[in-house]
Amino acid sequence: MRRALPILTVLCGVVVIWYLAAVWMNATWVYDQAERAGTTVTLAEVIPLTMTQDRPLLPPPHQVGAELWKGLFGQAVTSKRSLVYHGYVTFKGTMLGFGLGILAGVLLAMSIVRFRVMDMSVMPWAIISQTIPIVALAPMIIVVSNQMQIDNRDVPKAIIAAYLSFFPVLVSMVKGLRSPDQMQLDLLRTYGAGEGATFLKLRLPASMPYFFASLKVAIAASLVGTIVGELPTGAIEGLGARMLIGSQFGEPLIMWAALFAAAILAGLLIVAVGQLEGLARRRMGVPT
Amino acid sequence: MSVLWLSILVWLGAWALNVALAGSAFSRGAAGRTLVPVIFGASILILWEGLVRGLGVSPVILPAPSAIAVKIAEELPVLWTDFAQTILKGAIPGFLIGAGAALVTAIAIDRSPFLQRGLLPVGNFVAALPIVGLAPILVMWFGFDWQSKAAVVVVMVFFPMLVNIVAGLQSSERMQRDLMATWGASYWQSLIKLRLPAAMPFIFNGLKIASTLALIGAIIAEFFGSPIYGMGFRISTEVGRLGLDMVWATIAVAAVAGSALYGLIALIERWVTFWHPSQRH
Repeated sequence: MRRALPILTVLCGVVVIWYLAAVWMNATWVYDQAERAGTTVTLAEVIPLTMTQDRPLLPPPHQVGAELWKGLFGQAVTSKRSLVYHGYVTFKGTMLGFGLGILAGVLLAMSIVRFRVMDMSVMPWAIISQTIPIVALAPMIIVVSNQMQIDNRDVPKAIIAAYLSFFPVLVSMVKGLRSPDQMQLDLLRTYGAGEGATFLKLRLPASMPYFFASLKVAIAASLVGTIVGELPTGAIEGLGARMLIGSQFGEPLIMWAALFAAAILAGLLIVAVGQLEGLARRRMGVPT
Repeated sequence: MSVLWLSILVWLGAWALNVALAGSAFSRGAAGRTLVPVIFGASILILWEGLVRGLGVSPVILPAPSAIAVKIAEELPVLWTDFAQTILKGAIPGFLIGAGAALVTAIAIDRSPFLQRGLLPVGNFVAALPIVGLAPILVMWFGFDWQSKAAVVVVMVFFPMLVNIVAGLQSSERMQRDLMATWGASYWQSLIKLRLPAAMPFIFNGLKIASTLALIGAIIAEFFGSPIYGMGFRISTEVGRLGLDMVWATIAVAAVAGSALYGLIALIERWVTFWHPSQRH
């Protein structure tokens, strides 16, 4: 309760500010309508009118909530208008990219820790690669995969998601695989352990806390990558595509509902990864 | 085909050279640490060129580095207009406003542990959300020109910065704060002379993350509407016309701009936080 109270206060503050902003931003439209009709409206009349517009500049929370509810539970989950369906498409892309990113990050980290030449030549480029706004590549990756007759829409999304999520895994794994100290390495040498055994029995277990810590960052990055990958595809499915449709047809409610659906998905994914981390820590006997 | 084999041979030769360099004493010095990645990068470019020419890859799929370089030289004025629109007008003002707003907010809630306990988890969560999704909404509010791009950047930069600054302000040690108290330092004196400098490593960490986010935000926001110039606009229209050499040229500019911004922040960090263990070699 001591932890929940401040968070609830802040959330209530956000909702209050949101309502005030909604009244302020949507009022212009009401005044314009009234002027066109040749009538005048008082402030008390304006406020309810700002709450129920079809295309508000800033939809108040209850409108977004209603649209979100309609999208999530209002229809069968297989319907094209269901946010569950679109969320699932985005989820699939995210997990594919996440998996690819983990694989790439771990393999690269292993070779970087093992071979000094990899460390020296590849690591600086891996760091530079993250200062490049990679999402700029998104439209190109999509067109090129079309050119190469890859019809599966998940592939370009997954490549972008993997590109964004491999880096946190790589950095943490390099740190983790190097975390055993000289004493522990020496001990394994006195046991006559070879390189493979040292890796499996010492380096890999030692890197696990670092690995799981990086997963939370990686899954969030992967979701961003997937949504960005859905934006310029002319895609019809996925939360990113919903946002684009809302933007192009001037339907702010669709946009906001998709945005909140994405936020819920992000929250679920982060909690899930956190649970996984807790489980792994308990199994390995790390005090939480 | 000979071009292909030649480029593969060059790449293998460069790799062998790097293996030799990495094993030698030369690689311990600063020169070695720059030379090895440069050799690697250059050999990749040569391999890329060889692959494209040797296999006759269509320029619609992957243009050769030389073709991209020619395009950059030809289209320099266009690239500059795009750069000015997206980076100078969109990303950098947004970055400064967002970071500044985060600093002001962090100091404003500094005296209230209650607000901090509430804002930190919320800020942490929001920082992990796909904020780019706000781009179409902000473009609708602020119009197609650079103002909406700057607004997207402000929102993207704000939360990671806020979380880092609040964490940084808490990073000074109890002993240090007590020492300030024994000297009779006021709240503001203690903030400016102890806690803000102590927060600098965290702040710069946040600025580095935010510099990448700023470019991403400015480019993405242009996918949702922009004037007829700007890097995001250029990428999306040239992709539509299959002018991939121009797309790569724009990406090269974005890469240079991103690395330069990051490098600039790292340089200022070295100058400001010279006392921090990570800066002392």
